[in-house]
Amino acid sequence: MSGTTAATGRLALRHRLAEHGIDRQLWLLLPAMVFIVGLFLYPFLYGLGLSFQPSEGGALASYEAFFSDPYQRGTIWITLRLALPAALFNVLAAVPIAYRMRGRFRGKRLLTILLVVPITLGTVLTAQGLLNYLGPTGWFNKVLTGLGLLSDPVRLTNNYWGVLFSLIITGFPFAFLLILSYLSGIDPTLERAAATLGADWRQRFRRVTLPLLAPGLATTFCLTFVLAFSVFPSAVLVGDPAGETRVISLAAYQAAYESFDYSLASAIAMVMGAVELGVIALVLLWRSSLYKGATGGKG
Amino acid sequence: MTSFAELRLENVGRRFAGVDALAGLDLTIRAGEFIALLGPSGCGKSTALNCVAGLLPLTSGSVWQDERRIDTLPPEKRGFGMVFQNYALFPHLSVRKNISFGLQMQRQPRAEVVRRTDEAIRLVKLEEHATKLPGQLSGGQQQRVAIARAIVLEPSLVLMDEPLSNLDAKLRLEMRSEVRRLHQSLGLTTVYVTHDQEEALSLADRLVVLRSGLVQQVGTPEELHTSPRSWHVADFMGYRNLLEMTATDVSGGRVTMEGGGMRLVGTASGDGVLPGKVVVAFRPDDVRIVDPTVAGNVIAARVELVEYQGKELAVESRTAADQVLHVTTPQRVARGDDVTLTIDAERVLVFPGDESTEELAKPVLDRVAS
Repeated sequence: MSGTTAATGRLALRHRLAEHGIDRQLWLLLPAMVFIVGLFLYPFLYGLGLSFQPSEGGALASYEAFFSDPYQRGTIWITLRLALPAALFNVLAAVPIAYRMRGRFRGKRLLTILLVVPITLGTVLTAQGLLNYLGPTGWFNKVLTGLGLLSDPVRLTNNYWGVLFSLIITGFPFAFLLILSYLSGIDPTLERAAATLGADWRQRFRRVTLPLLAPGLATTFCLTFVLAFSVFPSAVLVGDPAGETRVISLAAYQAAYESFDYSLASAIAMVMGAVELGVIALVLLWRSSLYKGATGGKG
Repeated sequence: MTSFAELRLENVGRRFAGVDALAGLDLTIRAGEFIALLGPSGCGKSTALNCVAGLLPLTSGSVWQDERRIDTLPPEKRGFGMVFQNYALFPHLSVRKNISFGLQMQRQPRAEVVRRTDEAIRLVKLEEHATKLPGQLSGGQQQRVAIARAIVLEPSLVLMDEPLSNLDAKLRLEMRSEVRRLHQSLGLTTVYVTHDQEEALSLADRLVVLRSGLVQQVGTPEELHTSPRSWHVADFMGYRNLLEMTATDVSGGRVTMEGGGMRLVGTASGDGVLPGKVVVAFRPDDVRIVDPTVAGNVIAARVELVEYQGKELAVESRTAADQVLHVTTPQRVARGDDVTLTIDAERVLVFPGDESTEELAKPVLDRVAS
C-alpha cells in the first residue's frame, strides 16, 4: 500500500519537474558547468578575494591606491577613449556594407573572405602592417610627402591613432559578420511592403530595417566594445605604452609582473570588469526600450 | 492617388538566369475590375504580380497606365497597394502604425492620417486590436491588417499575392467573402494571384490562366468553367477525368473516340480536333451512375475509393482496362461495387492531342507540380 503511494509520489514529482522543463538530459550540461566553474568562476572569485587582501592597509587599500593615483586612474579614460570610438566606428561602418551584401550576388563569397581575413591575422601581424604602411617611413607618408602634399610625415603610429586603427582592423570583421547575420534574419518582404506603401530607400531603412536591426546593433556594439576594451598587444606595439595609450590592461600587467602587487593587479582587473559591465548595462538599458520580437526572417 | 481608365501589360516577360518565368503577357485591366491570375506553383503568376508592382524589373515588354509608361518607375512611385502572402506586417509597429505607415510616407496632415487610419481599422473590424503588435494577432486578423494597410491609401490598383493561402479552411472562406465585399464597396481595381481555382472563380470578374510562364486562356469564370480552351486549362478547372484516346470520327462538333476499353462520343473544343490522338476531359460531377441498360456513353467500372462529402460521395473507380475515373454521386455506393457510368456527349470535351499529352500518364501530383 505504502509502496504504491511512494511510486505515484515519485511519478507526480517527475511530472511536476517536467512541467518546468527539468529532466534527466540536463545532466548533459554538467561538463560545461565544470569548465565554467573551473576556468571562469573560480579564478574570478579568487581574483576578487585577492583584490581585497593588499599586502598592507585595509581591505580597500588596493582600490584606494588605484583611484588615488591619477596615473593609474587615468587608464580608465585612456582605454574608454580608444574602445568606445573603435566599437562605434566598427558597428556604424559594418551596417552599410552588410546592408549592401544581404542578397545573393556574384563574388559575395570572395568579398566576405576579404572583409573577414583580418580576424585570422592576429594583432601582431596587423601591428607590423600598420607600422610598415602608416609609420613615419611607411608608404602612406612617403607617397604624401613625395607628392608634396605634406612637408613632414604625419605621425599615425606609436600614438593614439595607431592603436585605434589596429582596433578597427581587428574588430571590424566581428561586427560585420554579426550584423550580416542579424540583417539576413530580417524578412526581405518587409522592405518590399514598405516600398509599395511609398517609402523610398532611406525611409525603408530608417523606418523598417533600422528599428528591427537595432537590438542586434546593441549586442554587436557590446561585443566589439569588450574586445576593444581589453586591448593589450597593439597598445604596446603601435601605441605609446608609457603615455597616451597606457591602457588599463597594461596597468594591471605592470602591477602584477613589474611591481608584483597581485592585489593591486586584481583590483585593476575588477575595475576593468566593472567599467565594461557599466557600458554594457547602459547599452542594454537602451536596447530594452526597443522592439525585440520576431523579425519574420529565418533568424 | 492617380486613378486610371485602364492598365495595359504589353508583351511583359521576365527571365531568371536564362529561363522564362513569364513570357509575352498581354493584358488590359479596366478600372474597377477584379482580375485573378491563376495557375499552379511556378507558372509565373507571382512573377507577373511583382512585375506590375515594380518589385521585379521586366526583361521584356512594357506596362502602361493609360498613356503613361510605368514599368520604369520604382514601386514607391507607382501608388499600387500590395497584400503579401506572408502579410509582411512590420513586426515592430502596432496595428494602427502599420496601417498609417503609407499615409505618413505621403506626408499627409496628421488629422487626415488619423481619420483615414480610423476608417480603415473600422472597415476591417479591428478597433479592439489597434494598439496590438502583429505578433499578438491571429492569422485572419493579420490578414485584415495587411488588407487595411494596402487599401487605406486608396490605391489605383490593389495587388494580392495568394493572400488567403496561409489561413485555415473556415477562415479562408470568410476572408474570401470579405475580399469580395471590400472590392464591391470600394470599387478597387484588383489583381489577385491564386492557385485555387475555386477562389479565383468565386472572386474574379476575369481570370487569366497561366502555365509555364505562358497565358493559356483569359476569360470570365463562366467561360473558363464551361469551355476551357486546352486540356491544361481543363485540368486546372476541375476536369479531373483526363484521358488520352483515339478519335475515329469527327463530324461537325461530334467526336467518336476509342481507347482504354471505352468508346465515347464527345464534343470537340475548337476546330483543331482531327481523327487521331486526342485528350478527353470531363468533370466528376457530370458523370452519373445508371442502370446497365442505358444507351449513349456507357462505361463499366468498379468502385475503389469512396470519400464522404456530405450530400455527395467522391468516388474513384477503375475500368477493366485499368483507367481511373472520378465520379461525384449522391448515390450511396461502397468499395468493390460494380457500377455503370454514363455522361452526356455535350459534357465530354475533346481537345487535340499534343506533345505534352504524355504528361497524362504521370501521376496527377507530378503534373500539377510541373
